[in-house]
Amino acid sequence: MSPTGIAVAVLQVVLSIASAPFLVGMMRLIRARLEGRVGAPIRQPWRDLRKLFRKERMVSTNTSIVFSLAPLVLLASAALVAGIVPFLSTTSALDQVGDLFAVVYLLLLGTVFLSLAGLDAGTAFGGMGSSREMTIAAIAEPTLLVAIFALSVSTGSSNLGAIVADTLAHPSRAASPASMLAFSALAVVTIAETGRIPVDNPSTHLELTMIHEAMILEYSGPDLALVELAAHLRLVVFLGLLANLFFPWGIATTAQPLHLVAAAGAVAVKLIVLAAVIAVIEVFIAKVRLFRVPELLAASFVLAFLAVTVSFFLV
Amino acid sequence: MIGGALALAAGAALFAIAVGAVLPVRQRVVWVGLFTALCAGAGGVAAAAVLAGGNTFTADFPDLFPLGGVRIEFDALSAIFVLATAVVAVPAAIYGIGYSARGPSSRPAQVAWPLLVWGVMMVPAAGNVTGLIAFWELMALSSFVLVLAEHHHNPEARTAAQWYASMTHLSLLTIVLALAVLAHQAGGDSFTAIRAGTDHIGPTTATVVFLLSLVGFGAKAGVAPLHVWLPRAHPEAPSHVSALMSGAMVALGVYGLIRVGWDLLGGGPTWWGATVLAVGLVSAMFGILHALISSDLKRLLAYSTTENMGLVFIGVGAAGMFASSGNQPLASVALAASMLLVVNHAAFKGLLFLGAGSILSATGTRDLDRLGGLARRMPVTAATFAVGSLAIAALPPLNGFVSEWLLLQSLVHSLPSNAAVVAVAMPVAVAVVALTGGLAAATFVKAFGTTFLALPRTVEADQAHESPRTMQIGLIALAGVCVALALAPTALAAPLQRVSLAVGGLADGRPIHTNGVYLQLSGIEAGLSPLLLATGLAVMMVAVLVVVRRGRLRRTVRDIPAWGCGRTVQTARMEYTATSFAEPLQRVFDDVLHPEIDIDVDHRTESRHYVQAIRYRMHIRDGFEHRLYLPVLSVVRRWGDGARRVQNGSIHRYLAYSLITLIVVLVVSR
Amino acid sequence: MLKLLRKIVQTGRVTGTVPLDAGPRPSLLLNAAHPLRGSVQIRQVDAGSCNGCETEFAAAFGPVYDVERFGVRLVASPRHADALVVTGPVTRNMAVPLVKTFEATPGPKLVIALGDCARDCGVFAGGYGVAGSVADVVPVDVEIPGCPPTPDDIVASLRRVVGR
Ligand code: SF4
Repeated sequence: MSPTGIAVAVLQVVLSIASAPFLVGMMRLIRARLEGRVGAPIRQPWRDLRKLFRKERMVSTNTSIVFSLAPLVLLASAALVAGIVPFLSTTSALDQVGDLFAVVYLLLLGTVFLSLAGLDAGTAFGGMGSSREMTIAAIAEPTLLVAIFALSVSTGSSNLGAIVADTLAHPSRAASPASMLAFSALAVVTIAETGRIPVDNPSTHLELTMIHEAMILEYSGPDLALVELAAHLRLVVFLGLLANLFFPWGIATTAQPLHLVAAAGAVAVKLIVLAAVIAVIEVFIAKVRLFRVPELLAASFVLAFLAVTVSFFLV
Repeated sequence: MIGGALALAAGAALFAIAVGAVLPVRQRVVWVGLFTALCAGAGGVAAAAVLAGGNTFTADFPDLFPLGGVRIEFDALSAIFVLATAVVAVPAAIYGIGYSARGPSSRPAQVAWPLLVWGVMMVPAAGNVTGLIAFWELMALSSFVLVLAEHHHNPEARTAAQWYASMTHLSLLTIVLALAVLAHQAGGDSFTAIRAGTDHIGPTTATVVFLLSLVGFGAKAGVAPLHVWLPRAHPEAPSHVSALMSGAMVALGVYGLIRVGWDLLGGGPTWWGATVLAVGLVSAMFGILHALISSDLKRLLAYSTTENMGLVFIGVGAAGMFASSGNQPLASVALAASMLLVVNHAAFKGLLFLGAGSILSATGTRDLDRLGGLARRMPVTAATFAVGSLAIAALPPLNGFVSEWLLLQSLVHSLPSNAAVVAVAMPVAVAVVALTGGLAAATFVKAFGTTFLALPRTVEADQAHESPRTMQIGLIALAGVCVALALAPTALAAPLQRVSLAVGGLADGRPIHTNGVYLQLSGIEAGLSPLLLATGLAVMMVAVLVVVRRGRLRRTVRDIPAWGCGRTVQTARMEYTATSFAEPLQRVFDDVLHPEIDIDVDHRTESRHYVQAIRYRMHIRDGFEHRLYLPVLSVVRRWGDGARRVQNGSIHRYLAYSLITLIVVLVVSR
Repeated sequence: MLKLLRKIVQTGRVTGTVPLDAGPRPSLLLNAAHPLRGSVQIRQVDAGSCNGCETEFAAAFGPVYDVERFGVRLVASPRHADALVVTGPVTRNMAVPLVKTFEATPGPKLVIALGDCARDCGVFAGGYGVAGSVADVVPVDVEIPGCPPTPDDIVASLRRVVGR
């Protein structure tokens, strides 16, 4: 674990946290424009967060320490993942610390803590949100891991740096059927895990339709800011995974400052494109019923499964 | 040293038994607990010595029984299972002091407990068929007594014991058969002789022995469809006994399967491994689905044991498949994953059962829908149960994650392979491991959330108090073991290598390398550092906290009720219960679980458009039990009724039978 | 989907086709240092209105008026809110829930009384089910008059509150 590696990891964490609210702001803006509205400026999510940090924190009498711990764990796990995923460079010190499996389970750790927090206040909606969130997390898991399986077959490793380096060395693999199937599977899971339409509606106000929002109804002020920031960060992490695992070009393979700057530009472009695509799609489709979500995820699982078998039979 | 430790274990067990039979209740409980802990501790020391030094310890007691002696052969494979037993038995014995004082303090229970601990430790140490069967039966009988320990105020325990006794004896029968055939064909009773004689065994005999031992040991491991006794017996036994049964005893099924299938028989064709893998897949899915919908805490834990044994079977089966297709290094990784999971499972399942016992003795119930709010009332139980829950859900940075990671790595790196069966089986296996991981997370969010968080749902839960000191020590010790195994799995690298060398038919080589704090696998370019992962998480949390605190933080308001949309009071009846938490997932898996739902609607007498009351009842049966066992049992019962007609107690009839038999015999033998 | 796309392209932006500076000036203006400046999340409480005010309020968040562009957003929980928008006279049944909602909102917080009923019970004054105006139950910071107030008025007032 070299000092430059640590510096790269820290840089990735800081940059992704700083940029996450902007990305969300951009998605909201695109949506507003397509709806014929002007929309709030891109920096609005940052403004909201800054304001939340200055507000009172409310902790109801029923809750236990889990309620205060959950936002910390949620943000910390997402931030750690942001350090592991090769956003800027494959030389992050955290690359050997955890692989893709560790990434998936770290994100699940955050989900678990938030679900516990949803149960902690003892309100009906909190429990409802937790139950639904865990349902979706549980059935999204097979797709995630089997997609990882597909990715690691050709590379022979589940380490992110190795997969990225391998795709850079064999550009044709990015266009192979296995890789494309795995990409579509992961894209569906990304939408489910980040709570976007058609799985969850991030801007709903009706408790009965909520998933993520229902768990956090009880949070206020700085705690809420942490939870929201973590949600933004998870979006960036998932999109960053999609971007750099399948289209790694532009990523730095060294830790030289100039390369890092170029890589930051490249990853920013990729993230913006992916986020814009999601935002546009969201305008065109409606949220599906909760009990239709498993069908969606089952379909994505089939894609992931095909990706693995294709990589066996076609290679 | 190893011999001394084993002798000490035997001595401590004997002393504990004597003390349990003689002393009055108060002292009995304390001394039995202490000496049982000593017995388990000594066994643990012996296991650690073998795992660290690598020398197999052997000893012969040729004239112990009239028909055959007992041989002790304590190698690395034995040692890892004895280690798992010690990990859970020492804390459980200390916990048992406080627990028994309020519950199972009777003489039979206190005599059976040290006997069970010693039996569980000696089964893997046995080095010949007679020894294995003797210790196996010792373990079965003493655990049977303990399942019945609380039958006075718990009638459920009696049916549970019936199921347990029949399944255990089915298991014993098949094992005896398998080992008898094996010993006969190989021409020797000791394992060394059998290993030397495997050449004389034809493939058909080997297959028969393997299948018999799969049934026998599978029943002990509680894998589907032989699991039916497990969700009945484990909940009814006293909690520290459940901890040992679930944490260590069921793992001996895995031990037996590896010992017979891959050590004594030296492995077989690919379908052996594939069968074990398939059994594992079914058990893992079946176990976790039933754990998910259970609202009885101990039953939930018991089903989760079926799931975990399923995962272990997946690892063993995959190892078998890899070994048969010539990929020995990967087989070593898969085997190492299973063995690590056995040790981890002993730690976290033991912890969770002890936690469940603590809840049970504080509130008198194990029904999740009647608990709640215990985090503030029982902080030690809550914190340790949280550790166990995170560990069993395979979440980093705890120990369950490390074994899950190893298992996934071994499955994922099976491709590219030249065998099509591997190419199809492995993605399915990964998917099942992933789904069980996700469902386990949901299950334990449910278990922890409804037990410890929010408002208590009953008066009993409201008035709960923390358990006595000895029970807390047991809980804290096991939580400590979970954390230690999580942060320093690298310390187990060399022992796991010894285990894989001990199973010649399955694996060779060095499954795990350690590079400082990194865990690396042989032949696989993948790394993990649980310690650094935990450190990273801690650093991030501190950083977030510091950044937040540096901001212009306003005050924290604490004295307010939870937001409930403006309604005037909040009661526990508004909370999500365990049943409602699991409902969405239960609906998703409707086709597998087949719930029976009754809805009764009472209308008011004045008009049927007004509803007086709605009753909703949902019952989910164990599918295997319902479709496989009950039909068989009813056939057996019909036979029994027929036999009663023949055997009606009339002496004349019996005389007539004798006469007829005599005539038939004379005619036939003439 | 193509139809929808064509519609989007043909319609273009519809916001801002009405003058925004119309309507009365509210009394409160957040200064630059106020924590809520630039970002106000609103929880709406119907304390007993005829729903006329709600309709106009909802219109203010539609594409034509789009008050969201100034950093005003609706939220589901008072824990997330900075301001409560209360409509209608406070009925007896809603008095306690209104107080609870106010208490559940973390400070610094504002209460905006929307419509004549909220200000002084309007046409419902003296009704047997009416507990009083909003100000009788919780402290009011901003009043928006009208029966119902037009979306223009609402947007203008909210702009004053956010300071943008
Ligand atoms: S002010 Fe007018 S529109 Fe609003 S609630 Fe009262 S009567 Fe209805």
